[in-house]
Amino acid sequence: MADSALPLEAGATVNRPSLLKRILFHNLPAKIAALPMMVTVLVVFVGCTIWTIYYSFTNSKLLPTGKFVGVEQYERLFSTSRWNVSITNLVAYGVMSLVFTLVVGFILAVLIDQKIRFESAFRTIMLYPFALSFIVTGLVWQWIMNPTLGLQGTMRNLGWTDFTFDWIANPRMVLFALLIAGLWHGTGFCMVLMLAGLRGVDEEIWKAARIDGIPTWRTYVSIVIPMMRGVLVTAVVIIGSGIVRLYDLVVALTNGGPGISSEVPAKYVYNYMFSGGNIGQGLAAATMMLLSVLIIMIPWAYLEFGGKGRRT
Amino acid sequence: MTGAMPATVDGAVEPRGPRPKPFFTPRKIIIYSILVMFSLYYLFPLYVMFTTSLKSMPEIRFGNIFSLPTAPNFDAWVKAWTSACTGLTCEGLAPGFWNSVKITIPSTIISIFIAAVNGYALINWRFKGSEIFFAILIFGSFIPYQVFLYPMVMITRELGIFGTLQAVIIVHTVFGMPILTLLFRNYFASLPQELFKAARVDGAGFWRIFFEIMLPMSLPIFVVALILQITGIWNDFLFGVVFAGTQNYPMTVQLNNIVNSAQGTPEYNVNMAATVLTGLVPLAVYFVSGKWFVRGVAAGAVKG
Repeated sequence: MADSALPLEAGATVNRPSLLKRILFHNLPAKIAALPMMVTVLVVFVGCTIWTIYYSFTNSKLLPTGKFVGVEQYERLFSTSRWNVSITNLVAYGVMSLVFTLVVGFILAVLIDQKIRFESAFRTIMLYPFALSFIVTGLVWQWIMNPTLGLQGTMRNLGWTDFTFDWIANPRMVLFALLIAGLWHGTGFCMVLMLAGLRGVDEEIWKAARIDGIPTWRTYVSIVIPMMRGVLVTAVVIIGSGIVRLYDLVVALTNGGPGISSEVPAKYVYNYMFSGGNIGQGLAAATMMLLSVLIIMIPWAYLEFGGKGRRT
Repeated sequence: MTGAMPATVDGAVEPRGPRPKPFFTPRKIIIYSILVMFSLYYLFPLYVMFTTSLKSMPEIRFGNIFSLPTAPNFDAWVKAWTSACTGLTCEGLAPGFWNSVKITIPSTIISIFIAAVNGYALINWRFKGSEIFFAILIFGSFIPYQVFLYPMVMITRELGIFGTLQAVIIVHTVFGMPILTLLFRNYFASLPQELFKAARVDGAGFWRIFFEIMLPMSLPIFVVALILQITGIWNDFLFGVVFAGTQNYPMTVQLNNIVNSAQGTPEYNVNMAATVLTGLVPLAVYFVSGKWFVRGVAAGAVKG
């Protein structure tokens, strides 16, 4: 890469001219090999997205053949209480989930980073839920939170007769039930990310901070966390786009109940498309989900790729 | 604490790093108690799952979720596997298990192969526009699946495969592509370019270099991709329920049907046995692969 004065063209690696030319012009096999990727990008990622957005402006019912009706589906969407409950839930769950996942993940990573014994045992225990599906996660916690025979029943049988843990049956608390299960599943993953970030911080920085007599917590807050910015931003983007997709966990744990108190947008989309027979409505909801992810993604993409000289 | 402190030898070496301390410092006690508390939170569901599945229903109705089964037996497991009712049929989880196998194996192989070739082409055989395709691919991986769901249903219907295993396999291949391609692209970028150049000079072509040089060197990344795909596809619910068709529901969908749409009195021991059975494959992958799983998670995420 370094020993040549050739100008960089089209991002190609710098080689002797003949090779450069060959790479640029005789790469038909590569194009054929990349065909699945190109088809996926054009048909699925671009094509399907445009299709969904377009048909969200139609009054499609059972089949996506309705006529163009402008923002009617969106007006209806935002006047449906179930949708409004869904987005309120998603925002509430999302904020709590994001904050707790990051905070708990970071604290666990810091504790594990303290040159402790049984490090790998602790890590194994914290990450295994991440290997399990959301369905399994939801069903286990549904059983634990079963009001009569789960934790609440057990504690009452053991003598705490007014012990209450009926969150999955309580419309006001059901989001916290989701949160407990969601954190159980995801904090280990966040811990692994954070640990990688912490281990990436140069040991010299710690030495310097120690010599200057800066207290440990201060070093974390003022030096280490800012240095981990990349990992943190990545974690936020990944956790955030995961939250928007939240679906399986709700289906398994509460199925949207009690009533509609734990409905989420992804479930709304599914129900309208595949059992409600109102495709236009489902597509409008899906488009709103897309929009919310873009709101998370665009600042990140800008920070990540916008600042540096963009190659087009 | 082994070997980390060379300073303990006669004090001849200047102390380096943190001072060696007695084990029971207040700080250590706090750290360990927090870690142990969290560990209990993580382990509790696993314990509850297993113990409940080994209990009898009268024992469960007695209502102590902490207690060990008095007479552990696998009756509930047998019922969950062979005769529990998933919606309309009562054949247990076994068909779902085999459906999951039939989905996971081809999806994993096909998606990894395509991604490996993509990553290789992106690094070694760049062509105009390849980076833009790749950027859209990665960006697309963040778009919620719900956006693609209905058009994908229409595409698979047009192809005449909606409601079959092929449809699920294609969908998994498509949506596994971004992260896997990224993995392989980054891995191939880290290999020495000289190898590729030397092979080029010797006259090897696209596929020959791929199969004879790149593939043999990429075992580590294949393991990571395998773990990512096997656990990810096995745990999938949404694509299975939408694209597979009732006959081909994967295990996760059948499990949810057993537990959440059961008629009559729920048999909690059977439910938990079914849950354990569904979780066994990813758990086995996790415990066997150990560090590789962590590497997969980290590699898949940090650069995502």
